[in-house]
Amino acid sequence: MRQEISGQVPGAAPTLTKRDFESDQDVRWCPGCGDYSILAQTQRILPELGISKENLVFISGIGCSSRFPYYMDTYGFHTIHGRAPTIAAGVKIANPDLSVWVITGDGDALSIGGNHFIHLMRRNLDINVLLFNNRIYGLTKGQYSPTSEQGKVTYSTPMGSIENPFNTISLALASRVSFVARSLDRDPDHLRRIIKAAFEHKGTSFVEIYQNCNVFNDGAFFQYTEKETKADNTVFLEHGEPLIFGKDQDKGIRLNELRPEVVSLTGGQYTVDDLMVHDQYADGPTLAHFFARMTDIPNVPTPVGIFRSFNRPCYEDFMTQQGDAAKRAKGEGDLEALLHTGDTWEIE
Amino acid sequence: MKKQIQTIEEATILFAGDSGDGSQIIGTQMTEASAIAGNDVATLPDYPAEIRAPAGSLAGISGFQLHFSSETIHTPGDACDVLVAMNPAALKVNIDNLKPNGILMVNSNNFASRNLRLAGYESNPLEDGSLERFQVYSVELTRLTRAALKDTDLSQREVDRCKNFFAVGMIFWLYNRPMENTLKFIKERYSNKPEYVEANTLALKAGNVYGDATEQFATTYVVEPAEFPPGKYRNIEGNMATALGLVAASQKSGLQLVYGSYPITPASSILHALANHKEFGVVTMQMEDEIAAIGVAIGAAFSGALGATGSSGPGLALKSEALNLAMIAELPIVVCNIQRAGPSTGMPTKTEQADLLQMYYGRNGESPVPIIAASRPSDCFEAIYEACRIAVKFMTPVIFLSDLYVAFGAEPWRIPEVSDLDAIDVNFRTELEGFHPYLRDEDTLARPWVKPGTPGLEHRIGGLEKADVTGNVSYDPDNHEQMTHIRAEKVARIADDIPPMEVFGPEEGNLLVLSWGGTFGAVRTAVERKQGNGACVSHAHLRYLNPLPKDLGGILERYHQVLVPELNLGQLKQLIRAEYLIAAKGLNKVQGQPFHVFEVESKIDELLEGEA
Repeated sequence: MRQEISGQVPGAAPTLTKRDFESDQDVRWCPGCGDYSILAQTQRILPELGISKENLVFISGIGCSSRFPYYMDTYGFHTIHGRAPTIAAGVKIANPDLSVWVITGDGDALSIGGNHFIHLMRRNLDINVLLFNNRIYGLTKGQYSPTSEQGKVTYSTPMGSIENPFNTISLALASRVSFVARSLDRDPDHLRRIIKAAFEHKGTSFVEIYQNCNVFNDGAFFQYTEKETKADNTVFLEHGEPLIFGKDQDKGIRLNELRPEVVSLTGGQYTVDDLMVHDQYADGPTLAHFFARMTDIPNVPTPVGIFRSFNRPCYEDFMTQQGDAAKRAKGEGDLEALLHTGDTWEIE
Repeated sequence: MKKQIQTIEEATILFAGDSGDGSQIIGTQMTEASAIAGNDVATLPDYPAEIRAPAGSLAGISGFQLHFSSETIHTPGDACDVLVAMNPAALKVNIDNLKPNGILMVNSNNFASRNLRLAGYESNPLEDGSLERFQVYSVELTRLTRAALKDTDLSQREVDRCKNFFAVGMIFWLYNRPMENTLKFIKERYSNKPEYVEANTLALKAGNVYGDATEQFATTYVVEPAEFPPGKYRNIEGNMATALGLVAASQKSGLQLVYGSYPITPASSILHALANHKEFGVVTMQMEDEIAAIGVAIGAAFSGALGATGSSGPGLALKSEALNLAMIAELPIVVCNIQRAGPSTGMPTKTEQADLLQMYYGRNGESPVPIIAASRPSDCFEAIYEACRIAVKFMTPVIFLSDLYVAFGAEPWRIPEVSDLDAIDVNFRTELEGFHPYLRDEDTLARPWVKPGTPGLEHRIGGLEKADVTGNVSYDPDNHEQMTHIRAEKVARIADDIPPMEVFGPEEGNLLVLSWGGTFGAVRTAVERKQGNGACVSHAHLRYLNPLPKDLGGILERYHQVLVPELNLGQLKQLIRAEYLIAAKGLNKVQGQPFHVFEVESKIDELLEGEA
């Protein structure tokens, strides 16, 4: 297994607890909202990351999820709809030592902020993006979102949505993101593990979190999150491991030509050796793309976990290198000399 | 034949040709040569939005107007003394701008039937007598340039591209300019292509020699040096001065400059200039759109840097929501609007100052943002420096207004001493005791600036209304009203921190002309001329548009009439009328072109006649 280059370098590692990351503001999401779990798992995992509170910055756009920074006792900025990636980029470039997090939702990141979302990943700033995907507009009270399924009946689509949803992971991969993962609000252990991995990755880390909106889109992901259905409808991606799933771990994914095929491991025809094996550090994005599309294929489980993670230089590192190169070539900037650039003449 | 040398006070030359003819380059060269010779200079580049419109067409004409003088001047001149027209289209577009008996120099090789037809001429103007009121010099520029370069290995196409240097060689001869500086320029510009250095050098010298040798020109001219205050000078364009002002503010404040931008005419050259100065720690980010460009400026300011972004009117429309965020979050950023002719895409390569009310009011809610406008190319340096100073001192976004005419114009600039620049004091809060994110400085009402990374001062800000002092989200009705007043009062208090107005001319009387932005030069020249003729007229120019200077009201009261000339339909006039309840009059022009001096003079005459 390849070594990951660690992302944000932890400063002095203070002994902190979940409580240290809770602000004095009352949390005001609807009772039962999946956002509570994401907030709690984030607050629980942060003490383990060895980073001081003052070096954390949470930046959000607009939407239910974007209230998140108010509840964190760190630096935070609740900005405007869709623009959090741009403001986060400014924060990071001005101080690359900060650990910068973007908190966003499906409408914020993929609809109004779609352009910034893809360009952030293309640039590969060392920023962690947590996208709370509930496949609905919550704060505006129940309109369809860019991840809502076709046919979705909402207040703005009384006869059903006629649009196709984004495949979020595919979009991120196509934008050349260097870390991309999916997790579930109702699987706290997995969620903490993925948030930690996102933090440790140097480069833009994108995490899609399936999140239940119990008011406007209750149960949207229950087939992936609830005990009765989860095992048969999700497959957990683990690096180096074959794709096995099912309540009794008796099913797997085999590559059949260019399609994923669900096979039984008990029928005698296939064994574990026939199954696809996950390689999150694979050289190209092809395997990750393949797994990402499984979400759209009927009767094939939806993958959860880290789809891809690879190292490439960060935008801010290039920026620093160019600054250093300019200083080597021209010397440290001298304002007096700059103002006198070009042809000058003296009037006595 | 012995040629006569005549000393004249000033001259205005217009170089015009196809977009690819190099008019901008030779105009710039003549500008540099004149400035170095000690003249005062002012320039007006004028080019089409099309990068290369069809050759010879009217739509493709690019022009560069240069005014140089032994006296102090403020404008690129109204009508021209000399028109250099590289083809019939250039002639057609610009001939009305040439003074009677002015010098018209044309490339006669380009006056064949095809080009005449493209320009819409039914007969050849060089032959049909329609140019009799001018001194016409028909020069076979193409043939002569080819002859001069016949021993080079260049293709004919490459040879023909050198003819602009032949033309400027003639102009140098006509005005007795030394060629050294342009020879040096050619060497540097084509340092990778020695064959181009040789060819353009040959063309320049050939044009110069041709002027001397031909029987056509009987007289050459000398413009003596102008009187300038002592100091070190350079020639500077508005956008370059803007970029230098940002770097200077960054250096003097000790704040890193982070400039986010999305390419747009006429602001892009600020981005280009700054991208070349990474040795100052300057970060430039060409972003995916206008919103992202201001987003990084806001983020950088939150991180403790000097955030800036630059665009033009359409870009500012896109940035307005983010600008409002910076306003309510009370973060110091500088937003440059290099205005161009609107509305919508409008005329991107033409000037206008019709974004003033957009900058004042173009945001939802009560959103006061300070506005500072540059008056001329060299003033961009001071004006943007001042914008940075106010942004940091008052913790507020500041709008810097320039316009295409100022941005692309050039003039001599007395280079300031770095030690003379105002201090920009930055105090990042680190003290824990009693901290709240929306505490206020007693004098400025600025809130504390805290860098993320400062232990113990973790806090959250955002676009939702803030509770006074604590900065927590608040929907309290009284608090919202109070915060709205505090934000307005903070911007109003900037008026205590700016210099008093300067009035040029009598301190009271019949007429005050009140201008702002890039109309300074035309207005000042018109008022000077009228004063020279004994008229009772004064001039005041506004750098600070929001807040307006405290003494402005008192000044306006001392005149019977107030005239506000603007390149819009009366935007400042409307503000002045509303603020001071006076019947200010307007002089308005929206043609994408700056005022001619005579237009302002005529309006002054008209208003003063009413007084008599």
